[in-house]
Amino acid sequence: MTALQIIFLITAGVILASAVMVVTTRNMIHAALWLIVTLFGAAVLFALLNAAFIAVVQVVVYIGAIAILFIFAVMLTRREMRDRGAQLNSGWWLSAVVAALTFGGLFFLLRGWNGFSTHAPDLSSGADAVQLLGQALVSPDAYVLPFEVASVLLLAALVGAVYVAFQKKGEE
Amino acid sequence: MEFWSNPIKAAADWLTSIFTGWGMPASAANVVVSLIGVVALIVVVMVLDIMLVWLERKIVARFQDRLGPNRLGPFGLIQPFADIIKLLIKEDTTPAGADRVVYNIAPILAMMAVLLLWAVLPIAPILFGVDINVGALYIIAVGAIGTLAIITAGWASNNKYALLGAFRQVAVMISYEIPMVVAILIPTMLAGTMGINSIVEAQKVWYFWLAPLAAVLFLVSALAELGRAPFDLAEAESELIAGHHIEYSGMKFGMFYAAELLHAFTFGGFMAAFFFGGWRGPGVAQFPLLGLFWFLLKALIGYWVFGWIKYTMPRIRIDHMLALNWKFLVPVSFVLLMVVALMNSLLRGSDFYVIGMFLSNVAVGWGALEIVRASARRQRKEIEAPAQAASPQH
Amino acid sequence: MHTEWLIIGLFLLVGAAVPGAAILTARIIAPRKPNPIKQSTYECGIETVGENWVQFKAQYYIFALVFLVFDVETVFLFPWAITLNVLPLFAVVEGIIFILILVAGLVYAWRKGMLEWA
Repeated sequence: MTALQIIFLITAGVILASAVMVVTTRNMIHAALWLIVTLFGAAVLFALLNAAFIAVVQVVVYIGAIAILFIFAVMLTRREMRDRGAQLNSGWWLSAVVAALTFGGLFFLLRGWNGFSTHAPDLSSGADAVQLLGQALVSPDAYVLPFEVASVLLLAALVGAVYVAFQKKGEE
Repeated sequence: MEFWSNPIKAAADWLTSIFTGWGMPASAANVVVSLIGVVALIVVVMVLDIMLVWLERKIVARFQDRLGPNRLGPFGLIQPFADIIKLLIKEDTTPAGADRVVYNIAPILAMMAVLLLWAVLPIAPILFGVDINVGALYIIAVGAIGTLAIITAGWASNNKYALLGAFRQVAVMISYEIPMVVAILIPTMLAGTMGINSIVEAQKVWYFWLAPLAAVLFLVSALAELGRAPFDLAEAESELIAGHHIEYSGMKFGMFYAAELLHAFTFGGFMAAFFFGGWRGPGVAQFPLLGLFWFLLKALIGYWVFGWIKYTMPRIRIDHMLALNWKFLVPVSFVLLMVVALMNSLLRGSDFYVIGMFLSNVAVGWGALEIVRASARRQRKEIEAPAQAASPQH
Repeated sequence: MHTEWLIIGLFLLVGAAVPGAAILTARIIAPRKPNPIKQSTYECGIETVGENWVQFKAQYYIFALVFLVFDVETVFLFPWAITLNVLPLFAVVEGIIFILILVAGLVYAWRKGMLEWA
């Protein structure tokens, strides 16, 4: 067991445990904080894979913007922070069976896939990953069109947010 | 001479050889030596933090035409230690109904967020934590942890003023992150790399001369990120008592306070690294450790400028703060980014590089101020015209 | 490459341990005499009025939303920015188009009154 594998197993355990806590905890703010732990675990996984840029972007965007948005949204809409009521409803055994069947089916399907054991090609050691990413984003025969479309997508998101908020303001 | 050209590496190699001599495998020895280095850096930073308490009080005293602490020790240098002892022995009351776990984590998060920043700050050419190649974005990521610390502190205190103060502070912090990120993008673009030590190394000409408006943008948005005056509405005693740290006492409050001062110094350091050449200065090529002296000098000057602004300007109201950001700083920063990118690509390598970039920055700044002035003139005319029409003298 | 992240991980651990140790020291040394009056919530020295829940302005959420869009945009701009020293002018123009589209979005939000605090 290399050190990398140990760290991966610990991180994966933390992610799974905090994901379970997000869903089962009764306090909404605690759910948001457990979500932050999960997202941080995902950033650690990216760092383990040497994807430094994506790891840092995960923290900046997910934890720095989206988690804060979640916390604001929870505090805006919830008068009471605790989830009253039962955690499970009467059909829980059926959902457990469906989940187990889905897991079994996926396991069976992916068992024969050799993608798990093939090594992804290593980047040439002199290459700077972020430079390559940057050049790929602007070169006309790589990803420049998705790059520009991404900005249009963000514009659409902004306009949509303005529209929804405007509705709310109109109602007030 | 060999020792002086890289004393840190010599010390690290010597320690590693001791550990492998004891039978540790090489990788474990490396980890232990790294750990010793990290602990040493953090201890030095904490001592610096303690001296910053003294420095802050002396600066504010001089600006207010008085002496500051001068009873304990020569020039009052023992004063911060007395403060620490006081904070340690103060009772630590937890308010009723506070969320215990979250309440206790918040000060630790606040301090951790600042200490993590020291991992990428290039103090000397051979003395820095790591030079990861995404250093510039790493700063923003750590800022996100700081934001989290504030919001958890505010919520966990079970106090509506703490919650209000925390929300306002977080709203200001996230708003001012946009001009700060763009102000960091400009040295990144000029240097062609995100690693902060690499940005310092690429500064043959200080980036302050190439992009002065970016330095001003960074200064203003850093002040807002730090929550220092004139953007310290969340801590204003007359408005919200103490904002998110109302219910904290003793060492927990000490952690918030020390984190704020150290954060200010760290941003002084980043200002020096991004715009004023960091550890660059005469003599650094022969004696790399001299870079430490230059860096500290520049960071202290930056810290003094932060204090100068804090103790001179009155506080800004929350809606003015947010309007300043979204209606002035964000558009100006994006326009500046486009202009600097264009000028950099057009003038790079030509003789007019420095003067061309400097003048283009000045032009953008002047243009922005003219637009604001024109809109203010128009608004004033709108307010004065009906007033004049209604005045009985006409 | 992994050594870099190891050092950052060490900074995280030590950075959490140092304030933790300081607070723990304070907990050991400081007196503890809790009583209900000391532990009541602070409200400028008087008894708390009203419930402990604050009506949250919707404006905070709108600012956070606008911030999110611009945050993602600046994250896209980072890989673009570091290539400008090696690529010709068209890379700059592509980036300028990207920024202009989003500045148009900002102007739209401004005109619709989304950036007012009131």
